[in-house]
Order: sequence, then C-alpha cells, then structure tokens
Amino acid sequence: MTLNVDVRHRLGGFSVDAAFSSEGGVTALFGRSGSGKTTLINIIAGLLRAESGRIVLDGDVIVDMEKGIFLPPYKRRFGYVFQEGRLFPHLNVRHNLTYGRWFADRKPTGGDFDRIIALLDVEPLMERAPNTLSGGEKQRIAIGRALLSNPRLLLMDEPLAALDEARKAEILPYLERLRDETHIPIVYVSHAIAEVARLANTVVALENGRVTASGDAATILSLPELTMTVGRREAGVVIEGIVGTNDQGDRRLTVIRAGATRFIVPKIALPAGRMVRLHIASRDVMLATVRPEGVSALNILDGTVAEIGIEDHGAIDVRVNCGGNIIVSRITALSGERLGLTVGMRLHAVIKSVALDP
Amino acid sequence: MDWLALSDAEWTAIRLSLRVSAVAMLASLPFGIAIALILARGRFWGKSIVNGLVHLPLILPPVVTGYLLLILFGKRGPIGAFLAETIGLVFSFRWTGAALACAIMGFPLMVRSIRLSIEAVDLRLEQAASTLGAGPIWVFATVTLPLIIPGLIAGMILSFAKAMGEFGATITFVSNIPGETQTLSAAIYTFTQVPGGDAGAMRLTIISIVISMAALMLSELLASRAARRVERA
Repeated sequence: MTLNVDVRHRLGGFSVDAAFSSEGGVTALFGRSGSGKTTLINIIAGLLRAESGRIVLDGDVIVDMEKGIFLPPYKRRFGYVFQEGRLFPHLNVRHNLTYGRWFADRKPTGGDFDRIIALLDVEPLMERAPNTLSGGEKQRIAIGRALLSNPRLLLMDEPLAALDEARKAEILPYLERLRDETHIPIVYVSHAIAEVARLANTVVALENGRVTASGDAATILSLPELTMTVGRREAGVVIEGIVGTNDQGDRRLTVIRAGATRFIVPKIALPAGRMVRLHIASRDVMLATVRPEGVSALNILDGTVAEIGIEDHGAIDVRVNCGGNIIVSRITALSGERLGLTVGMRLHAVIKSVALDP
Repeated sequence: MDWLALSDAEWTAIRLSLRVSAVAMLASLPFGIAIALILARGRFWGKSIVNGLVHLPLILPPVVTGYLLLILFGKRGPIGAFLAETIGLVFSFRWTGAALACAIMGFPLMVRSIRLSIEAVDLRLEQAASTLGAGPIWVFATVTLPLIIPGLIAGMILSFAKAMGEFGATITFVSNIPGETQTLSAAIYTFTQVPGGDAGAMRLTIISIVISMAALMLSELLASRAARRVERA
C-alpha cells in the first residue's frame, strides 16, 4: 500500500501546503493544534476540497484537482474515526456498528464481524444506546464502525484527545492490536508525542500547514528541531528497544534493551521480544560527572557528551551518547558551567524509571 | 341532553373537515420537506424570494390568498385548466379545492417547523455517514430524516390544526357548499347567520375544541417520544 498526498489549501489567513507519502502501517500527522493536521486529514477523507493537488492510493487517483478529479467521500472507502466519536444517536450500538456494511461493495463476512467485535471487546454493549456509553466505549464503537465499513485506509483524528488518562490507557492497547492484527493502513492525527511514539511507524511533523520533517518514527521524534512542535515540556528523544526477559527479578519492573543499553521501566504487559519505543523527555534526564550513589533513580547510564546546544531561556540541551543511543538532557546553563561540560567528556545520565512510561 | 345530538348535516361537516385537513397535511408534506431542505441547506441567488413566497399566506389576508387561488386554480385559471385537462384534477367548488386552500395556508407553518429541525441536525453526523459509504440520498434517509422526526411531527400537526380552522381562503376559493366544501368553520359561520342556529353553532364549537385539543396532545406525545429516541447522543 502506498499513499501519496500532495495538496494545497487556503482557509482564511491560514494555508496548508503539504506533501508526504506513506508505505502502510501507522502514519502519524504530528503537530501542535493549529498546525493543519485536521485540515489535512479532512482533505484526505474528502470532507474538504483542496484548492489544488493530488491524492493517490495504490495507483488509484482519488483527487487530482488539476484534472478535475474529486472522488466524493462516500466512494473513497476511507474509514474515519473522529475525535468526538460521532455515533448516530438514533441507532443503538449494533446498528451503529453495522451502518457501513450497507454500503460496502465487498461485504465483510460474519467472521470479519466477530473478529472485530472481539478485537474491540464490544459484545456486551451491543443493545445499548450511544448516550449511555462512557467516552472510551464510544470511541471503541466508533473504531469498530469505521473498520466494519471495510475501509482501504483508516483515518483517525485525535481519537484519544477527548478522553482522560485512564480512558486513553484503555483504548491504546486496542489501537496497537488494530495496527498489528488488521493490516489496514492508518493515518493518525495527534499532538501527543507519547501516543505517536507508541503507535506510529512513520511520522509527518507539521507546523503552520507545512511539513517540517517526515520519516521513520524514532528518527523524526528525536530531532532537536521538533522542540518547537512538541513544546519544551515533552521534547526529548525516542529510542527503539526490545522488551527483555526480567533478569532483575523484580516483577514490578520491565527491562527494555536498546543496543548495549538496558532501561528499567515500570511494568508493561508485553511479551519479551516485542519492539517498543521509549520516549525520554529531556527535562527528565539529569547529568552527573561522578556515578551517583544513594539516589532513587534506577537508570544510571554511562555516556560521553556528543554535543552541547546553544543557550535558550537560560537552559541548554546536552546530547549524550550512551552505548550508541543518543539521549538529550535539558539542564540550566548554570549547571552546565558548574559541571564544566565539554564535548567528549565522560559522564552519567540519570533517569527516573517512573518517568519512562512506554 | 337532546341538544347535544348532532344532525346529519353537522356530521357531514365534521367528516369533511377531517378529510380536507388530513389530505392537506399529507399532500403538502413532501413539498414541505423539499422546501425546508432548500431553505435550510441551499445557497443560491433568490433564496430570500423563495422564503418570502412560502411565508406570504401567513401575512396576506386569507381572502386575498383565496382570490389568488381562484384566479390560478379556478376552472379558467392557467394551472386549474391545465390540471383538469391533463390529470382530471378539478379544484373549483370541490373538496379538493378546500384541501388545496388549507394546504397553502398551513404550508408556512409546516416549512418553518421542518426547517428549524433540519438546521438543528449536526452536519458532522452526516459527514460521518458519508465516510462510511452512504451517498447523499442514503445520508438523508438514514441520518437526517430520523433526526428531524420531532420537527416533522410538529410541522404536520401545525398544518392539520391550521386546516381545521381555515375559513377565509377556503370560502373565497371554493365557496360554502354543504357536503362538498362546507367545513366545520364554514358550517359554524352558516349557523350564526340563520335564526335558531345557536345550538348547532355551539355543538360544532365544542367538537372543534375537542379535535384541536386531541391533535395537540397527540403531537406532544409523538414528539416527546421521537425526541427521546433522537437525543440519545
């Protein structure tokens, strides 16, 4: 599956001019609110008509404004999961779920239906009315409804944004199963780096309607330039690792191996050998010139200073090479001077385990 | 209690009124939905003119509306002559003419009610339906229509109630012929014009109040039931 998008659109004083392509899996459109993510996904869905540009999916031209081609949304077969669910209030859960089957040209079989119902755990909700569901349940029904319309592509516009942390944690595993078990390509809009780090294979970073970077998730999410997009609070690096066997002996923790480095994180319910991404925020990383003792932090990594960033608001970003993984630490300029940091200097990066919640 | 017994002529007037009102309401419903859709969703030049035309019967003196109907739909009127020749539908001095007059008079009320309910439909639900593969006609049938049912019912009842009370346009257009065009209102009017008609007028007045109250309560019941279904979001 190959999706090529290259569109331009103006909305009042704001304009979107974006091009990207995706080779299946989960492609995240990542950026702050107002960066044009939703406009872009609405153009892909056909809910907005771009002023110019092309959208091609597997060689099928969906949109080519120069040639006057514009396939209406109901002929695209792109499932869309909206931020607010948008369940039909006059239909119960079962009829919401089966709504798209009426129009699918290849009817999903009974087996498909049962598989999706099982994937999302929605069997007990079947006869309920949408207004009796919790936010998380609504979103699961919305995902099931989109899947059962037999889509070629699944579009998701911040499906977790309206939910609290507990509900998010409830839905995320379903989204991972969706990615791993269905093989339907997904375009996922989000401004939350943790979600994107966890779900996406490819990241397209957007700012002011323009693509600032795109490519492999771990690479893009670790770019220092991304600080502008994610905000200072969440800026950091994303490291790909593999869930290791628990040789620490403590069942409350999980070990993640990334190259030569071992990260100790709070318990995660994934089998050993599974690939995960760790998002390490720069402000959660401390630096020490001597190996600290008597501290609660479980992750104390040996490394060398790879790069010292320029001062910004009294703080500096220090990039530390820890066994091949680059970790960024954001410290005050004063701390940097006191430590006498120089490139190539050996030191220790200290990260609290609870800050690493994959 | 003898004075409560209805005469045959009075029964005829009641039956005729119910038939005229029901036909007027049902026949104008498809047009009402179409015009309401155009006014709620359409963006075209002359929309305010269409809106004005629809609302005209509400502000014109009913006699004027009746006279205009007479000119247009009468035996020699351009539309009346055409319909009589092509499909054999005659309006002048028939109960069908009374139904037409009632439909026209109730039309602004019906359109207004349906239009408001269409404007209240969340367009984002229609977008969701279209991404699930539903074309415009299916979106209307499976999402818009079920969501506007309370407004639809309210519009139909308003149109029916208006038809039950309609007098001026009907009597101007199709006169006051017992058994053909003499509706409840016209019959009451006739009773008040003859000596000793007081009892008849009072009987029909009571009937008229009962029918109007029943219609109102039925509409409340249906609308609240429909609203409960729709507002489950």
